[in-house]
Amino acid sequence: MLLKLLTESSGVSGNEKEVRDLIMDEIRGYSDSIKIDRLGNIIAYKKGLNSSQKLMITAHMDEVGLLITDIDSSGLLKFITVGGIDKRILVSKSVHVGKDKVYGVIGAKPIHLQKKKEWINALDMDDLYIDIGATSKEDAEKYVNIGDYASFQSDYIEFGDNLIKAKALDNRVGCSLLIDLIKEIKDISFYAVFTVMEEVGLVGAGPAAYEVNPDMAIVLEGTLCYEMPNMDSHLMPTQIGKGPAISLADRTTVYNPQFRKRIEEIAKSNQIPYQYRKSSMGGNDSGKIHTAKTGSITTCISVPCRYIHSPNSVMSIKDYENTQKLLRAILTEYGKGVL
Amino acid sequence: METKALLELLSNDYGVSGFEHTLKDSIINSFNKFSDDIKVDALGNVIIFKKGQSNNVKIMLAAHMDEIGLMVKDIEDNGFIRFTNIGGIDPRTILGQEVVVHGTKDLFGVIGSKPPHLQEKSEQDKAIKMEDMTIDIGLSKDEVQKYINIGDTITVRRNLIELKNNRVSGKALDDRAGILVLYECIKELSKIDHEADIYLVTTVQEEVSMAGALTSSFKINPDIGIAVDVGFGTTPELNKSNSIELGEGPGITLGGNIHPGLRKKLVEVAKEYNIPYQMEVSPGPTGTDARAMQITREGIPSLVLSVPLRYMHTSVEVVDIKDIKDTGKLLAFFIASVSSENLEGLLCY
Amino acid sequence: MNFNSKLLKDLVKTYGPSSNENDIRDFIIKEIENYVDEIKIDALGNLVAHKKGNGKKIMISSHMDQIGLMVIDIDKSGFLRFVNIGGISPYVTLSQKVLFENGTVGVVYSEPVDDMSKLKLENMYIDIGAFSKEEAEKMVNIGDICIYYNGFDENDNIVFTPYLDDRVGCFIAIESIKAIDTPKNDLFFVFSVQEEVGLRGAKTAAYGVNPDVGIALDVTSHGDTPKAKKYAIGLDKGAAIKVKDNSIICHPKVREQLVKIAKENNIPYQMEVLEFGGTDSGAIHLTKEGVPSGVISIPTRYVHSTIEMASKKDITNCKELLVRFLNSNLELF
Repeated sequence: MLLKLLTESSGVSGNEKEVRDLIMDEIRGYSDSIKIDRLGNIIAYKKGLNSSQKLMITAHMDEVGLLITDIDSSGLLKFITVGGIDKRILVSKSVHVGKDKVYGVIGAKPIHLQKKKEWINALDMDDLYIDIGATSKEDAEKYVNIGDYASFQSDYIEFGDNLIKAKALDNRVGCSLLIDLIKEIKDISFYAVFTVMEEVGLVGAGPAAYEVNPDMAIVLEGTLCYEMPNMDSHLMPTQIGKGPAISLADRTTVYNPQFRKRIEEIAKSNQIPYQYRKSSMGGNDSGKIHTAKTGSITTCISVPCRYIHSPNSVMSIKDYENTQKLLRAILTEYGKGVL
Repeated sequence: METKALLELLSNDYGVSGFEHTLKDSIINSFNKFSDDIKVDALGNVIIFKKGQSNNVKIMLAAHMDEIGLMVKDIEDNGFIRFTNIGGIDPRTILGQEVVVHGTKDLFGVIGSKPPHLQEKSEQDKAIKMEDMTIDIGLSKDEVQKYINIGDTITVRRNLIELKNNRVSGKALDDRAGILVLYECIKELSKIDHEADIYLVTTVQEEVSMAGALTSSFKINPDIGIAVDVGFGTTPELNKSNSIELGEGPGITLGGNIHPGLRKKLVEVAKEYNIPYQMEVSPGPTGTDARAMQITREGIPSLVLSVPLRYMHTSVEVVDIKDIKDTGKLLAFFIASVSSENLEGLLCY
Repeated sequence: MNFNSKLLKDLVKTYGPSSNENDIRDFIIKEIENYVDEIKIDALGNLVAHKKGNGKKIMISSHMDQIGLMVIDIDKSGFLRFVNIGGISPYVTLSQKVLFENGTVGVVYSEPVDDMSKLKLENMYIDIGAFSKEEAEKMVNIGDICIYYNGFDENDNIVFTPYLDDRVGCFIAIESIKAIDTPKNDLFFVFSVQEEVGLRGAKTAAYGVNPDVGIALDVTSHGDTPKAKKYAIGLDKGAAIKVKDNSIICHPKVREQLVKIAKENNIPYQMEVLEFGGTDSGAIHLTKEGVPSGVISIPTRYVHSTIEMASKKDITNCKELLVRFLNSNLELF
């Protein structure tokens, strides 16, 4: 299963190779041209019959993770976070370090030896380290180098009512949707771009958009979803099971309203459920894409993912399928030249 | 069974305090071929008996079966589960964990909380309280209630992983590592002569009340009681003085809970057989089954042996397999050194 | 509903703080002596009533004692200073009437306090209306214990009164003793002492009885009032079957048997996961070689206040559940 392969691969921002290789293997036979640019973005082109307007569909390949900064004398690894990670979710988790995927764990001081004021405060990054079982600095250096990336160790699981738990659903879900499109769509031209380093400041998207220079772009994402009990609905950015989330505005983009309404019409006429992404927090590649060169119109369509940027995020298979349907319908309209 | 494989089996399995019966069969099956008799008592202690050459000395070994965990306390209208802890849990270590809820069938879930983007900056330096966390099992309340009841236990879903240097990481190594010590010990005992009758007890409810050790030692009424538990493994945030190093052999506890004559003998045996050991100090009653054994009936002379373990009471506890083997050997040789002739001398103050 | 309000009212009104349970014990003996085979009182004062049967030996424990205030000093103006016996809240105690064994009534008040959140028992005193130390000493001695003096009220749904904890447990035990004609099991009803100060009576009583199974009857807390702490127990929702509290994780087999019986007999019940507190089963299950034990709890609002409230239906259901359990075939182990 593609999403399983994608989420179980490591691709911390700046170190997307494993994910990129996997995607290249998947799409090679289905693209008319394909290249990896100087930053590591994949830019694939599918040639179809229409060519009036240039459409670019993007998904970022990278995920949040950790970067090893030091090895102490007892062989424990110090690290920093790459991308936005709430430091509180790190403790008591297992990780894969480096390209050999050395197992490591992030431990904590035993509760028995803590004073109460300790465990009411979050552990600071300075208090955290990775234990790979090394007995000394020299021993650890046999397996790990400073500068190695580490990713969460978390397997892909299906559970509950058609739900999936995995790491890096933000944004392997977008990658998976885009790969599906590349494989399925025939006779419609579009650029498919898999970007690098979205999580550390939308780095890859700008140069890719500069190169492709699209008229319009669709950004595919896995986005914030929180539905705690008794929460006010306006505080829930999205809800699971209610279909693809169409963005209104976030920190990087106010999405083109005409383009958004057109997409809503397409969803309605195809009886595809959809929702708005209500939060103005966060941002994505659209911020760089819609302002590249002379600009373009963009939209962002996301699959709601609970607990993103943690080892265990959750999404709905139904939302995935409805997003897939919506994308197909949009491309069909685009192929007719009426988008 | 190979040491690591049995540890993996027991660590991956679950048995929160008061709900240890799920582990019973694995333990019986693995100890069966080395023992003369196995009984399970009313509270669920598994009592493994190995006969000695005379029936004048009784030694009881206790390693606890139970693990810390969580328990369902309510089910919300959207199907999310509210929970409390069983045993000492640092709430910071369960945020974002995968869990298994042990209802009428095992259900997978994820622990979530109030999202960071709805928290003030200052709040983000505060730990999230357990009462503000929920478990998402991806089902509606009606569905949840088909499988899950208030009072069901919950464990972190974690499989044992292998680290470098024969070290492993997993949940519930406190005190499944101790059970492995008993296993190594009984294996060793099957090769050597020992006068004493041995009762290896995997005890229940150590983490909450030591109910298992209290009641099983009352029943067995041994001459010597030895608790096999885990000790704080040294890491940067701990003092050398209250921790022991991984890979450097069992911790031998010193202090009021420990019989000085027996402890002296234990150290002699370690030296004689070149088994590495470390000293641990605990002034009053230890936080182990030895605390319960010491005050049972007329009092039972007690010892504590500890396997060094890092990150105690998290789901990524780390032990060194070599320490488990060394501890098992030391125990076996110690047991073999006790006879009806020297017992009184050993216990004499 | 046939609810014996008079008995419950008499029970909660009878004096008997921890360590001074004579009056309440005498009262209970009179109530039950015609319905049991043998009555014993042990060294600590536990009342052990045996109702003979052939099956399993079951100890049913409800505690007779109640929380109170013990006088530790009488000042020259006749004011009494005190310490708590059991869990006493300063906020609950402020401006309450209290009653001594000899009938002396007093009121509790505090020294002037600027910040009420800092109210402490050591800044409070009992005023018995004496104007000198000598006058006070005629009524009260150091070491005397007084209890909250407040009325019993009821309507069709509920009762509210001080000391449902645990006279309602005693009530259920007494009603069950009367309801069971020919016991299937060998029943030891223990009315225990000193539960409120650390389950002390139940510990020795259980050692003496050495039962196969232990059951405690006690009040539990609630989670059904405005903004109450998350706790899935509410009034009028049935008998509470305990899973755990701070003193015990109930034996799964006993718990399951209680649930099974509740289901089979359509007795409403709720599962109780209490994050604090403890009760007699906490002591019973650790006795000798270990006693599988459970607890039937009566959902109660405002425990350890002078206005504890419980539902009559819940109380009746608890009794029903207990009677059926005691009459069941306990092939547990």
